[in-house]
Amino acid sequence: MTMQAASTEIASRTAAIIDEMKGIEGPLLPILHSIQDEFGYVPKDALPVIADGLNLSRAEVHGVVSFYHDFRAKPAGRHVLKLCQAEACQSMGSDAVAAKVKQLLGIDFHETTRDGSVTLEPVYCLGLCACSPSAMLNGEVIGRLDDEKIEEIVAEVRS
Amino acid sequence: MNIKADFPTLIQEIDYGTPESKATKQVTLTVDGQSITVPEGTSIMRAAMEGGVEIPKLCATDMLDSFGSCRVCLVEIEGRGGTPASCTTPVGEGMVVRTQSERLDAIRRGVMELYVSDHPSGWNEKAGTGASEFDAVAKSVGLTENRYGVEGRNHVKEEGGVAPGHGSLAVDYIARDESNPYFTYDPAQCIVCSRCVRACEEVQGTFALTIEGRGFESRMVAGMHEDFIASECVSCGACVQACPTDALREKTVLEKGMPERSAVTTCAYCGVGCSFKAEVKDDEVIRMMPYKDGKANHGHSCVKGRFAYGYATHKDRILSPMIREKITDPWREVSWEEAIAHTAKEFRRIQYQYGRTAIGGITSSRCTNEETYLVQKLVRQGFRNNNVDTCARVCHSPTGYGLGQTYGTSAGTQDFDSVEYTDVAVIIGANPASAHPVFASRLKKRLRQGAKLIVIDPRRTEMVKSAHIEADYHLPLKPGTNVAVLTALAHVIVTESLFDEAFIRERCDWTEFQDWASFVALPENSPETVGKLSGVDPEVIRGAARLYAKGGNGAIYYGLGVTEHSQGSTTVMAIANLAMATGNIGRPGVGVNPLRGQNNVQGSCDMGSFPHELPGYRHISGDAVRDIYESLWGVKLDEEPGLRIPNMLDAAVDGAFKGIYIQGEDILQSDPDTKHVAGGLAAMECVVVHDLFLNETANYAHVFLPGSTFLEKDGTFTNAERRINMVRKVLEPKARYADWEATQELARAIGLDWNYTHPSQIMDEIAKTTPSFAGVSFELLERVGSVQWPCNEKAPLGTPIMHVDGFVRGKGKFIRTEYVATDERTGPRYPLLLTTGRILSQYNVGAQTRRTENVAWHAEDRLEIHPHDAEVRGVREGDWVRLASRSGETTLRALITDRVSPGVVYTTFHHPDTQANVITTDFSDWATNCPEYKVTAVQVAPSNGPTDWQKDYNEQARQSRRIAPLAAAE
Repeated sequence: MTMQAASTEIASRTAAIIDEMKGIEGPLLPILHSIQDEFGYVPKDALPVIADGLNLSRAEVHGVVSFYHDFRAKPAGRHVLKLCQAEACQSMGSDAVAAKVKQLLGIDFHETTRDGSVTLEPVYCLGLCACSPSAMLNGEVIGRLDDEKIEEIVAEVRS
Repeated sequence: MNIKADFPTLIQEIDYGTPESKATKQVTLTVDGQSITVPEGTSIMRAAMEGGVEIPKLCATDMLDSFGSCRVCLVEIEGRGGTPASCTTPVGEGMVVRTQSERLDAIRRGVMELYVSDHPSGWNEKAGTGASEFDAVAKSVGLTENRYGVEGRNHVKEEGGVAPGHGSLAVDYIARDESNPYFTYDPAQCIVCSRCVRACEEVQGTFALTIEGRGFESRMVAGMHEDFIASECVSCGACVQACPTDALREKTVLEKGMPERSAVTTCAYCGVGCSFKAEVKDDEVIRMMPYKDGKANHGHSCVKGRFAYGYATHKDRILSPMIREKITDPWREVSWEEAIAHTAKEFRRIQYQYGRTAIGGITSSRCTNEETYLVQKLVRQGFRNNNVDTCARVCHSPTGYGLGQTYGTSAGTQDFDSVEYTDVAVIIGANPASAHPVFASRLKKRLRQGAKLIVIDPRRTEMVKSAHIEADYHLPLKPGTNVAVLTALAHVIVTESLFDEAFIRERCDWTEFQDWASFVALPENSPETVGKLSGVDPEVIRGAARLYAKGGNGAIYYGLGVTEHSQGSTTVMAIANLAMATGNIGRPGVGVNPLRGQNNVQGSCDMGSFPHELPGYRHISGDAVRDIYESLWGVKLDEEPGLRIPNMLDAAVDGAFKGIYIQGEDILQSDPDTKHVAGGLAAMECVVVHDLFLNETANYAHVFLPGSTFLEKDGTFTNAERRINMVRKVLEPKARYADWEATQELARAIGLDWNYTHPSQIMDEIAKTTPSFAGVSFELLERVGSVQWPCNEKAPLGTPIMHVDGFVRGKGKFIRTEYVATDERTGPRYPLLLTTGRILSQYNVGAQTRRTENVAWHAEDRLEIHPHDAEVRGVREGDWVRLASRSGETTLRALITDRVSPGVVYTTFHHPDTQANVITTDFSDWATNCPEYKVTAVQVAPSNGPTDWQKDYNEQARQSRRIAPLAAAE
């Protein structure tokens, strides 16, 4: 599990990212992505630094960060499993898939297992409706989930 | 004549829903069968309202750009499908609009029903004031049922027992935020219309609010989901004003109910002069609502004007006249009659004993024009001398002198609306975000539209960099080098041929220009030379000069950082030179604009408060001018100028000046060299203080006359743009007399035959005797709202912009501005330079704002010091430090920040405990004696607490404020 970085270190690493990217057009979202890549989450301590660097208010940065569910406020587990809960997947049984995964991992959506191995999140459409129900594990999509695939996934993230 | 406004009702301003279109082309459309013609670009919503047809709305208000989120304002347009939102749809020629139909009614009711489902139960009765726009819209669309239940996710459910009100907490419930002293934020009442967020951005320019999250979870929050008080919020109240529900609401309204009647009046804080509706219930002010027709503020305000009026009812207010024999005695409460008779007797005795010139008066920049006029009239007609001065002595007297010399008038050249046409704004020695917040909001709006900004200030103020604002050039000059830096800007403009030759040849004296040009072109005025002594990068000086000269409409705004120097008047002239050389005078968007500190400092100067000038800036030595007053007042006027404040104090110490009438100014706290002021006052035999509170000066007074607040009198204030605004009485004077009445009583007691029954008669006398006010009357102000002087036959409705076709003095005068370093130098013992300023939530010496909830933001003065200077002295954040100069020393706590450069320290002067003017020197402007507050060589060292002087002072103040208990009736 990634340690929560100390605030001075967050500030200096964030400032370095801003320096590098502030020249690009519409820099806020790319900077937030870079910060999440850097720390595994978007630390609250980074927001005032971003606000200052881009001449925005803290409120504006908070508004953007909180709008996008992809930006996390705390570190995720080693693996991130997202289960699609949108309409097409629902019609193909994603509710049951979610229930089974939750039961196997012992956690609910938006939670991380106590050993820090995996974070479970809902997602609303991966663009993989033809292969519903679908999921995304560590950035890679998986289609046509069934019991076998689910057990495979759980075994992988548990290892 | 009694024209006291009778105001039995609450003034309701029309909300047109969207801002006015400035287009000239007109478009005609039909709304509900009615033909309406409006400028192109107007929204259907606004057009309908102009025709008297009100379309229901929630997310729209005419202070903000249209947003189109609430879906209540839908209309039908013939030939178009669907039901477009009337706020975001512009009018079209020949368009036929229907605002009422069964379909529209059903849609609106449906939308409102959904809002209500996630709004606390009892939405139309007990939850709020029942008087919000939301309540009104629910009623107007005929909402009678709610099929979705009222157990919305973001509020307290009716039953349960764990949450406030014995309900249970719903899933998204957020507790009320009561952290702001003036308003409450109740998230459960919020409908996420974004009006508050947009008001904070578009109107105020602070960007402190946002909508957090998305979908059902979206909610307005301050900062990063912080309490309001901890967030970036500056408590201007624009969000509260914008909120259509009770989510954001004034605490006074929640506690005492909605106001019942109101009158339009003028704020009594800074020189912006915002117009407000003073809203009253049961003889108590419930709230101050910015007035949209106010020409200075257009419906906006700051924390002081809107909220900080609590001093008017503060327990410290003295409501009975008091006298005492010696300043060591306790005060004795007496009747008005006794106090006035005593004062008159004392003044007469002193004049008999020590001579006609042994007494004088000080007029107040906080009082009305009429009151100020009466005080100077009392001195000239009654005391028979010219010993009258005003607090402008210590702030903008160099403005009067400098602009008078160069242009011919002692005032700013523009109106505030001019900023909407500015391309390059230059701010010199001013921090409008703190001291003139409503103007700062207007300037920031223009900057966000793309105007450029140059800031010349030792400190990196909020104007240099804040959300969406960044100065193109910041010249962080060493305090005291203004003249050198401004002359260096002129050097670049002249040597790089950036000046406007056609303008100069037409408007100015070409020979004088050439002389000036040859002077500024000298190598000692080059940015490279000046850079060394001012600490400003020469390339930044060059860049700024080029931008100002060639960037389009250039407007200079300046404050006390310009005037309160030994070369204050020279700096004002240097500014005037720059504007003339670049042709930035005489049209919208340009000009030279002093930001006046106090509500009526312009007016008090206009009204003849200076010892050498009669009203309208006419020198006392002019026979023709004296004739006017001599024949009207029936006395012979002294043709020699009288004493200035510092001279009065000097004369007092020498034993030649023994009595003074001080109306609404705390000279002990606001004037330089506190110990000298105290010495002068202590040497007098009759000091009369006419004020709301026992201020610091009253520690040395023998007579105290209770003053009246701006809410308790009629009259006029003149703001920084020369605008004469009405002040209207909304409450009876708490201490029986409005200030003008008290002065009149005193005048009568010394034998003058004054019989004013209303301030309008005083204004009539001013108009009759002063050419620049010839057209001004209360009747005119009632009719048109406000006028900017000169207002006379040539300009019956006033003069928004001056020097349009030529300078008032004829040809604009270029004056050489040689830099002479102040005698106040740093050295080994005093290596740092102290400069002073203000903070947003406090006002001036703080007599008023310290007696309001504004202390939540600024409970004490702090010393800003650069981390480097702090480290070498072993000073840590929050430590007590001793601040010492050649004049004296005081202690306060340190605030470590790189806003100030190394070598410079900064503090405010809002609190008497700090006594910053114990530190400041008695150096002053060469022309006007304006004290050099902005430069003092100091040393800073760690300290254990208050100095002996502070302790002695506090003890003396405590002793002198004693009021004897009334003797039991015999």
